[in-house]
Amino acid sequence: MSEAMTELGTYLEAKRPDCVLAWDVTHGELNVDVAPASLTGFVEFITSDSTCRFSSLVDITGVDYPGRAKRFDVVYHFLSMYQNHRIRLRVSIREDQIVPSLVDIHPSANWFEREVFDMFGILFSGHPDLRRILTDYGFRGYPLRKDFPTTGYTEVRYDEAEKRVVYEPVSLVQEYRQFDFMSPWEGAEYILPGDEKEAEAK
Amino acid sequence: MDGSNFDDALTGEQKIRNFNINFGPQHPAAHGVLRLVLELDGEVVERCDPHIGLLHRGTEKLMESRTYLQNLPYFDRLDYVAPMNQEHAWCLAIEKLTGVEVPRRASLIRVLFCEIGRVLNHLLNITTQALDVGALTPPLWGFEEREQLMIFYERACGARLHAAYFRPGGVHQDLPPELLDDIEEWAHKFMSGFMVDIDGLLTENRIFKQRNADIGIVTEEDILNYGFSGVMVRGSGLAWDLRRSQPYECYDEFDFQIPVGKNGDCYDRYLVRMEEMRQSISIIKQAIGKLRDCPGDVLARGKITPPSRTDMKTSMEALIHHFKLYTEGFHVPEGEVYCAVEAPKGEFGVYLVADGSNKPYRCKIRAPGFLHLQAMDYISKGHQLADVAAIIGTMDVVFGEIDR
Repeated sequence: MSEAMTELGTYLEAKRPDCVLAWDVTHGELNVDVAPASLTGFVEFITSDSTCRFSSLVDITGVDYPGRAKRFDVVYHFLSMYQNHRIRLRVSIREDQIVPSLVDIHPSANWFEREVFDMFGILFSGHPDLRRILTDYGFRGYPLRKDFPTTGYTEVRYDEAEKRVVYEPVSLVQEYRQFDFMSPWEGAEYILPGDEKEAEAK
Repeated sequence: MDGSNFDDALTGEQKIRNFNINFGPQHPAAHGVLRLVLELDGEVVERCDPHIGLLHRGTEKLMESRTYLQNLPYFDRLDYVAPMNQEHAWCLAIEKLTGVEVPRRASLIRVLFCEIGRVLNHLLNITTQALDVGALTPPLWGFEEREQLMIFYERACGARLHAAYFRPGGVHQDLPPELLDDIEEWAHKFMSGFMVDIDGLLTENRIFKQRNADIGIVTEEDILNYGFSGVMVRGSGLAWDLRRSQPYECYDEFDFQIPVGKNGDCYDRYLVRMEEMRQSISIIKQAIGKLRDCPGDVLARGKITPPSRTDMKTSMEALIHHFKLYTEGFHVPEGEVYCAVEAPKGEFGVYLVADGSNKPYRCKIRAPGFLHLQAMDYISKGHQLADVAAIIGTMDVVFGEIDR
């Protein structure tokens, strides 16, 4: 499996050196880094080329790395039902960058791109209908960004007096329980209770 | 006056405009909380805009703050019709990253319960789809059989629905010895009883055929354009099944056929599902036979699995390991994988990005129903309003997995 993937990677790099920024095969899966500008051209190529024939779009998703200058990775998975192989494309973008939409090549990209927009706030140029999809009507913020709190900002309840559903800022009766079970010998980056005295003593 | 202009004869009231209706979110034929905004020209659907997300629970966000093991039960709650098939994808992803080899007995148990899940799903789908097109009896009979299967679930892991039975590295515990006999007995009865009954009720039923044949036809081009998988592909004549084409677990040593349809309409998808149930029963029987010859452990004992109870009574290290595993959880090496299984509804995939800690950095759940529902507008265009229910039925949508 891995050899075939390596072969395919070499082939892609040789055919489209302008599009492929880097590629590797890890865990038997082929990853290709693509620049946002050459994305549509490259996808068109791997869809129609007879060696690849990546005919179905399996998935589009985003990954947020707040520490990086290019904050988001948009990840595309393709599958070829004819050649029986898969490929993963990664496009790194800055927060203010726009990604070209794939709707014209793969109509199935429509909802995936809406979802990525909904969850990460990444814009897709050329998308016919870039609305929110999974969150509430009138929702604000991008939930899957790492700086979005798990509790969210608003909560909903039915108000008996007003006879309608009202939105209110989240108020928790007790602090949101987010346990950190990491071993203090391994990865804890905070000061353990009592350890601050050690610094004072010096 | 050439006789072609009749506008002057129409009053404002008589002018015809398209009619918008809301289908759902609380409609019995919507199979959950689906809201369709339908634009109708008379009784013909012109446009169909599905509004989803009414069951959105933010699973992917929640998963980022929990350990790998704590995340496992979330997968039961995605497609709650066949829970174990989802867990399977999650376990496979973790096993791929950590490089853990599952013991053979656990592997066989997984196959057995995945196929039970497939029967569970198809039972619900076929019978409720029949209900959508006007047959009341099939769901009453089908749920009887589902009940039996749920009892098998319960006897294996203690829960009827939210099993949390598949664990990274194997399955939670071994099966009680009588369970295999009972499943085998059930399988024989199911084939000679229920399958024959439902076949007699539906397959040649005139009304059922009229409502399903030539409705919602899917061609090979649509499959590629809209990224279909599972029965939506096989109903149109493509023999694509991940169990065969990209075998995972030990599916490669089982003998089973992949049924395909000819016309790609709702009726063919029904036939494919019926045949898949028969094939699943055959796999179940084979798995039971293999399980009888294969005693052994059901967990790959190591970092990601708990030690055995007897070890814990005698070994301090085992006790510490147990405590650390269920508090801190295990660490998964850095990397990203995509693991897909052939869930009853189609290709269910997990894209897992691990950063070396005890929690997933990002996990994307790829649900087959999401893509199938997306094509709703395309498939239902030009059909009658009553056909919308039939199409939703054979698309096999469950909102737990679509809204996540």
